[in-house]
Amino acid sequence: MEVLVFSIFNGLLYGMLLFMLASGLTLIFSLMGVLNFAHASFFMLGAYFAYQISGFIGFWPGLVFAPLIVGVIGAAVERYGLRPVHKFGHVAELLFTFGLAFVIEEVVQMIWGKVPVPYDIPETMNVAAFTWRGLDYSAYRLFMLGASVAIFLALFVFIAKTRTGLIIQAALTHPNIVSSLGHDVGKIFMWTFGFGCALAGVAGVIGGNVLGTEPSMAITLGPIVFVVIVIGGLGSLWGALIAALFIGIMDNLSISYDLSLYPVLALFGVEREVEGIMQDLVNLTTAGLAPVLPYLFLVLMLILRPRGLFGTRDV
Amino acid sequence: MLKVTDLHAYYGKSHILQGVNLTVHGGEIVSLLGRNGVGRSTTIKAIMGEVEPHGSIKFKDQEIAGMPSHEIARLGLGYVSENRDIFPTLTLRQNLLLGQKIARQTGRWSIDDMFDLFPALRERADTQGGVLSGGEQQMLTMCRTLIGDPDLIMIDEPTEGLAPQLVETVAGLLSEMARRGLSILLVEQKLTIALKISARVYVMGRGVVVFEGTPDELRDNEQVRKEWLEV
Repeated sequence: MEVLVFSIFNGLLYGMLLFMLASGLTLIFSLMGVLNFAHASFFMLGAYFAYQISGFIGFWPGLVFAPLIVGVIGAAVERYGLRPVHKFGHVAELLFTFGLAFVIEEVVQMIWGKVPVPYDIPETMNVAAFTWRGLDYSAYRLFMLGASVAIFLALFVFIAKTRTGLIIQAALTHPNIVSSLGHDVGKIFMWTFGFGCALAGVAGVIGGNVLGTEPSMAITLGPIVFVVIVIGGLGSLWGALIAALFIGIMDNLSISYDLSLYPVLALFGVEREVEGIMQDLVNLTTAGLAPVLPYLFLVLMLILRPRGLFGTRDV
Repeated sequence: MLKVTDLHAYYGKSHILQGVNLTVHGGEIVSLLGRNGVGRSTTIKAIMGEVEPHGSIKFKDQEIAGMPSHEIARLGLGYVSENRDIFPTLTLRQNLLLGQKIARQTGRWSIDDMFDLFPALRERADTQGGVLSGGEQQMLTMCRTLIGDPDLIMIDEPTEGLAPQLVETVAGLLSEMARRGLSILLVEQKLTIALKISARVYVMGRGVVVFEGTPDELRDNEQVRKEWLEV
């Protein structure tokens, strides 16, 4: 029972972290039609900036300043990189963000090196928040969960209730009309891109010290974030939330329970003692399959429902 | 208030506007008439910066040709497109609020004014824009632009597809706008309203202005009506 509860807790945590990344990516895609391949790189920048800032003035200032810096860099990328490329179409924009991901990775390696940096959980949070049936649950993980839920709620209130959020919603479908009403759509695009990047930066700050801060972290997490937004439906924040939580919980459950796939194979008459390639299949467990499962769902979703759970257009 | 001189515009290689000249004075209602495809909508899109203009467009003595739309709107030029482009996922009230150029903008028109003029809109204030009727959407787009307190409003085909009763309502709103000191540049295909409320009319044909005069002068000019307006 405790394994189930803790797995679900951890799954929610990983899912919310994925959602923080996916929400920014979804927001940018909805508004500008740009699939930002460099999005996970901004997550990585958030982690590295937080590591650097926390070395000087502590974790909490890092939590505030690192996402702000990432957001400003994101806004500058839109204004001086993407916008000039925009007139050449979406393929050019896609290639630009693809190249940007490599540039950021190289810059990170030049500054901080190729090995992981010691970005640690703050001392005050490195304790057990509660103990249940002999198992400790880390205070920092609880903080991560609380922070991601708070950001998720703030994001929804911002989009649905504030004037800026309404302007963003209107600009999603009718940018020309929004502009003719006196709103600077270019500036809206720039700050939405920056805001989306800042969200990825927050995920980097609070996730970097648990997942590990190293130059390949963007490449490791980036594809999963794309799986989330495709399964959820391109452009849908609700879809991204549900897909992120589903992948987070599924990932944790499949690792925690580490079930053998043999009983399923036995239904098809496969013997336990076999040789060759079938032996690998018989020995396969859900933990071994966990890294592949999101992509398996991606393929299934693309075959059965190409627009994802809540998307309005096919991929 | 608005002076357009030798305005040209292109869609790809097609030369749509071929030297349009027109003027709208302060507090004046001016109609731009003509058959479909002669460049009436393109003229106001070019003025608004939605189509790249070539030529001179002066609004309140300031050259606005080449300026981005939002800056033109902030100078006090309002535009209601022919497509009734409401924001479908937002409520009617939220649609109206986005007409304000800055939060809590005050001007000649308030949201309550709009609801007083069109009680039907008040009843549907919290309804999503996408499910409003065509007539309600038309009222909403005009009211939304008015909330931004423009000094001159350009309206493209406001009566297109409306029931006769609603056409009268639109005419009433246009007159109310003029009473509150707005200049209006009205793009219309039908003569009924245009001739009734306009101080002057322009008739367009093949990308240029082919007639300029008062509604009475147009009524008397059978040759222009036959050649450029009647179907």
